[in-house]
Amino acid sequence: MTEWLDILVQGVLLGGLYALFAIGLSIAYGVMRLVNIAHGDFIVLAAYLALAAVSMLGLHPFAAIVPVAALMFGLGYALQRALLNRTLGPDILPPLLVTFGLSILVQNGLLEAFSADSRSLQVGDLATASLRLGDSLDSLTIGWLPLIVFGVAVLLTLAVHALFSRTPVGIALRATSDDPATAGLMGIRARHVYALALGLSFALVAVGGVFAGIRTTFTPDAGPASLLYAFEAVVIGGLGSLWGTFAGAIVVGVAQVVGARIDAGLGVLAGHLVFLAVLMFRPSGLFARTR
Amino acid sequence: MTTTALDPAEPAQAAAGTETTGTETIAPPAERAHTVTRSTRASRVAVRLGIVAALALLSVPLWAPSSLMRWGVEVMCFLVLAQMWNLMAGYGGLVSVGQQAFVGIGGYALFVFAQHLGVHPFLAIPLGGVAAALAAALTSRMVFRLRGGYFAVGTWVLSEVFRIGFSNVSLLGGGSGQSLTVMARIDRSFRESATWWIACALLIGASLAINLLLRSRFGLGLTAVRDSEAAAESQGVDVAALKRRVYVLSSFGAGLVGALYYVNVLRISPGSAFDVGWVVAAIFIVVIGGIGTLEGPIVGAAVFFGLRWLLADYGTWYWLVMGAVAVAVMVLSPKGLWGFAQRRFGWQLLPLQRRLTVGAAASSPSSPSSTPR
Repeated sequence: MTEWLDILVQGVLLGGLYALFAIGLSIAYGVMRLVNIAHGDFIVLAAYLALAAVSMLGLHPFAAIVPVAALMFGLGYALQRALLNRTLGPDILPPLLVTFGLSILVQNGLLEAFSADSRSLQVGDLATASLRLGDSLDSLTIGWLPLIVFGVAVLLTLAVHALFSRTPVGIALRATSDDPATAGLMGIRARHVYALALGLSFALVAVGGVFAGIRTTFTPDAGPASLLYAFEAVVIGGLGSLWGTFAGAIVVGVAQVVGARIDAGLGVLAGHLVFLAVLMFRPSGLFARTR
Repeated sequence: MTTTALDPAEPAQAAAGTETTGTETIAPPAERAHTVTRSTRASRVAVRLGIVAALALLSVPLWAPSSLMRWGVEVMCFLVLAQMWNLMAGYGGLVSVGQQAFVGIGGYALFVFAQHLGVHPFLAIPLGGVAAALAAALTSRMVFRLRGGYFAVGTWVLSEVFRIGFSNVSLLGGGSGQSLTVMARIDRSFRESATWWIACALLIGASLAINLLLRSRFGLGLTAVRDSEAAAESQGVDVAALKRRVYVLSSFGAGLVGALYYVNVLRISPGSAFDVGWVVAAIFIVVIGGIGTLEGPIVGAAVFFGLRWLLADYGTWYWLVMGAVAVAVMVLSPKGLWGFAQRRFGWQLLPLQRRLTVGAAASSPSSPSSTPR
């Protein structure tokens, strides 16, 4: 009994990490219909940036999150402004293929700069510290690190929700998403808003990337896997719903942990299969608000 | 005299067959007779050159060393895969990042039939295509729930499922794969020549088939769907069926490529058979050469393999250059190098467009006014 509860908790906490990946993807799609094939590679890029900050500036990995997120926001803004805005249009091919090219560029750039060795971000004792619930031998233990990641994911999702529903920037983002032409008539510059959206997406992804780098090791080619998890979370949750995406990420996390318990090699496969099953039987997602 | 080009890159209404009277011809009524031509002088020369090139290609086993032939078969495999991807994405608008699924299934079908069921390896190659087409037909319902960019990533997930699935089949060597030992029974020089000729047959067959297909009703419907699904639907095109058919067809081609490739290299593993690198190469070849053009993949393959040869000693720099070139081409000239040449110089080598010549009965058609999308 405790064993399964343990699996469930681990899965939910892993899902928190995936939620950070997925919300970034979901924002870019929601605001400008951009499917960023390089999404996962930018997650990995953030982890390597943190690695550079830790080794060169001597920062604690947690402290590195702030400058890395700021840098990634700038990168996302600049990328959208300088490159991706030129590709947006009724044709879906150009943005897809440009981000596809970026994915190869980032992967091989990282390979050239950091070699193919697997790296990790060290946080000392915190990596193994855990919280024990109850006194008996088989009582539930929860790692502090996954718990912190999950807490941050919840807080950031709340913040993004508030940003979109309460602030002028959020209104501009939603208005541009609905109808860029009319929003333009109201004085909202779509090009700037799109760039903000990708910047926001990248900043969230940066937080997720640094946490991922603390939780496990990473290599330059780890990006596509993260892209697929994020994407599965978005589709399982139902397009266009922030908390749906969060819930979708938890479904993916739980599926992976359960699968890995059955056979070490099947964790990722279980996540994929849940995704395909949702596509088959609930194509609008499990938690979609509109059908 | 005005010529207009009715080519598949034109908007849906034209492709679906409604009348295009957009030519501002002010011709006297008596001269309004018109003729429709497909070929140009350049295209007639190109077709003849193509036939000569095909014959030259067929003679290679008579004089080339086997290392060159192995390399050539690999190039042809990638070129056919690129053509298949171009058919689906460039003409059908279906961008898949998961065609390696069908390359892998084709390759593994070869091993199942040839290595385990005793079918002659060369006869097992078409079975690889059939297996891939079946897999595509059975999974199309799932991935077609997704559209546009999400379709792209969804197909990628599907190929990962196949990769992990085949890694767990111990009969096929599990994660480390297995070798095609039955090929040892076939005389080596015959084996290499036959592999080469099969590759030639596949390349020539695929090129002809795609060319004919795009000139047919099916091809017109396909490009209409790419340009506007709604407009195509309103003209009576069965959009869903058409998409599924092009997906299955393209996957059939990918399966043939997979089976042929592993007859050539003789060893398969899930990591290489379901490697996303397959589709990465196909996309770069198509995008750089010119997406949605028939000549594009050939130009793209020349650039792709040319650069690979030039940058062979620089490893990751090759991919950095490829990535940068692909991004630059997509932003600056979305129709690729060939599309640029077509627009700039009016080249049209394969007789795909129909030219409407209004005026006096067809004298020699002047240079076509290509219509960039």
